Amino acid sequence: MLSTLAETVDWSRAQFALTAIYHWLFVPLTLGLALIMGIMETYYYRTKNPFWRRTAIFWQRLFGVNFAMGVATGIILEFEFGTNWSNYSWFVGDIFGAPLAIEGIVAFFMESTFVAVMYFGWDKVSHGFHLTSTWLTGLGATISAWWILVANAWMQCPVGCEFNPDTMRNEMVSFADVALSPIAVSKFCHTVTSAWIIGGVFCVAVCCWYLMKKREEEMALKSMRIGACVGLVAAVLTAATGHKSAQDVAAAQPMKLAAMEALYDGGRGQGLKLVEGIEVPYALSFMATNDINGYVPGVNDIINGYTTPDGREEPSAEEKMIRGKLAIVALSNYRKLCGFERTMDEPQIQANIASSKEKQLAILHENFKYFGYGYIKDKSELVPCVPVNFWAFRVMVGVGCLLIVFLAAVLAASYGFPRKLWEKRSLTSLPKWHYWTAFVLLPLAYIASESGWLVAEFGRQPWTIQDMLPVGASVSNLHSSSVMMTFFIFLVLFTVMLAVEVNIMVKQIKKGPGERI
Amino acid sequence: MHKNTLIYRVFDLYYDGFRNMRLGRTLWLIILVKLFVIFVVLKLFFFPDFLKQHAEKGKEANYVASQILNP
Repeated sequence: MLSTLAETVDWSRAQFALTAIYHWLFVPLTLGLALIMGIMETYYYRTKNPFWRRTAIFWQRLFGVNFAMGVATGIILEFEFGTNWSNYSWFVGDIFGAPLAIEGIVAFFMESTFVAVMYFGWDKVSHGFHLTSTWLTGLGATISAWWILVANAWMQCPVGCEFNPDTMRNEMVSFADVALSPIAVSKFCHTVTSAWIIGGVFCVAVCCWYLMKKREEEMALKSMRIGACVGLVAAVLTAATGHKSAQDVAAAQPMKLAAMEALYDGGRGQGLKLVEGIEVPYALSFMATNDINGYVPGVNDIINGYTTPDGREEPSAEEKMIRGKLAIVALSNYRKLCGFERTMDEPQIQANIASSKEKQLAILHENFKYFGYGYIKDKSELVPCVPVNFWAFRVMVGVGCLLIVFLAAVLAASYGFPRKLWEKRSLTSLPKWHYWTAFVLLPLAYIASESGWLVAEFGRQPWTIQDMLPVGASVSNLHSSSVMMTFFIFLVLFTVMLAVEVNIMVKQIKKGPGERI
Repeated sequence: MHKNTLIYRVFDLYYDGFRNMRLGRTLWLIILVKLFVIFVVLKLFFFPDFLKQHAEKGKEANYVASQILNP
């Protein structure tokens, strides 16, 4: 029987969110520091100046702490699929499994090989090979992120698959369509560039601490310039890739975009709300369609049905729900007929059953696009939590803009620009609050990064697979108390592990650079 | 084994690297404890494969169908 316990769904979602949020504390710093330590070592390779070797080793050590603490935290998510989301796990079949398997293999072989050379290979391998290993360590982590994001993008917009009613699974018909779906590409670009911002801001914050303590000033000043440069370029790229992501969302998940904007009644030439009551004219239409007069549907339009500018009729929620129910009934009938067929020997009856099966399959195929809507009891279930999406989006964009200003100011200051301002001042002797700005912005950057995921995942509710399977049909038939218990176990475990990581990281920063890892 | 062979150099890289670890020792200890907690404690006691427990081997499709086709 389908688990209708709302509590099981809620606790399963909460547990998955907790694990994903925790996992995402490590991933962006890994990706960001990978780039920064690669740049540091490249300076060493080019100049052969021992200063850069010492600096590169220091950042590689911080990368190592973060890498060690983050490694395997993503595996817990896969356990949750098998236990809490078993219907979903079966339904998605190998489409979800293939990218995750590739990710595991790539992560294990590429990262473990080159991480070893990076940490153990100083003075043992040539400078060129060591530098290559450092960059490949970062590349391995980035490729891992690619496959995870391919799996996530497929859930947001399922492509390259066909549903097999006999196995009850989606089967991959085009690996290229899944691996290179436009949504996966823009999601990857947006996510990875946003991770580089975290790396840049982290680097600047650590350098600010040294400047405030008047220690390691040369390393802090030079590292800060690199961190600010990486962060600023990444922030601009994140904004650009975010624009492309918004267009993908508008095309594949219009309800998510409507929820992000708290847009109930859409139309052409829509403005982008900064906060409720203040908006930038035409900006939403431009963001969603690249045209200031582009049409953006609102929540009510999507529920009631609308006509797209190219004349395509988008059915109402009620019509989709009816067609979804038809698909579910057809699939159910088809499977009953299959069972019946196996018990019959009479050729005439078998022929009749085969014909009935064909009819049911035709109904299923005709309506499969709206399969998930068959589980929806009330059309209000199709609207995600608007306040969460609205504010999470604003936190992400607002902090992103703040970081662009901050990183640009740090980069300019590191070059002594504007000259007049820096004639009588130095980055090494600023009032403390200047340095504290970086310490405050670091957690804000993390909050912005997590908010991005909040928009991506809250915005697609009620779906685990867009239009195909809602959360209620995806969960295992478990008692909510068992999921609740593991939620609290994780809460304790993750809190302890985070405290340990922060403790080790702070100790290593306080210790400062050395000649060895 | 001759010290210039590739196999010896790879072995030496890892052997010497692990032997001279300082921060790495702490990090490896944390990783091993974490892997134990994840793969032994959590996987065995808290995260069994739901379908393996509830569906007959080879009949998983029927079980999932019974779960999701009766909304």
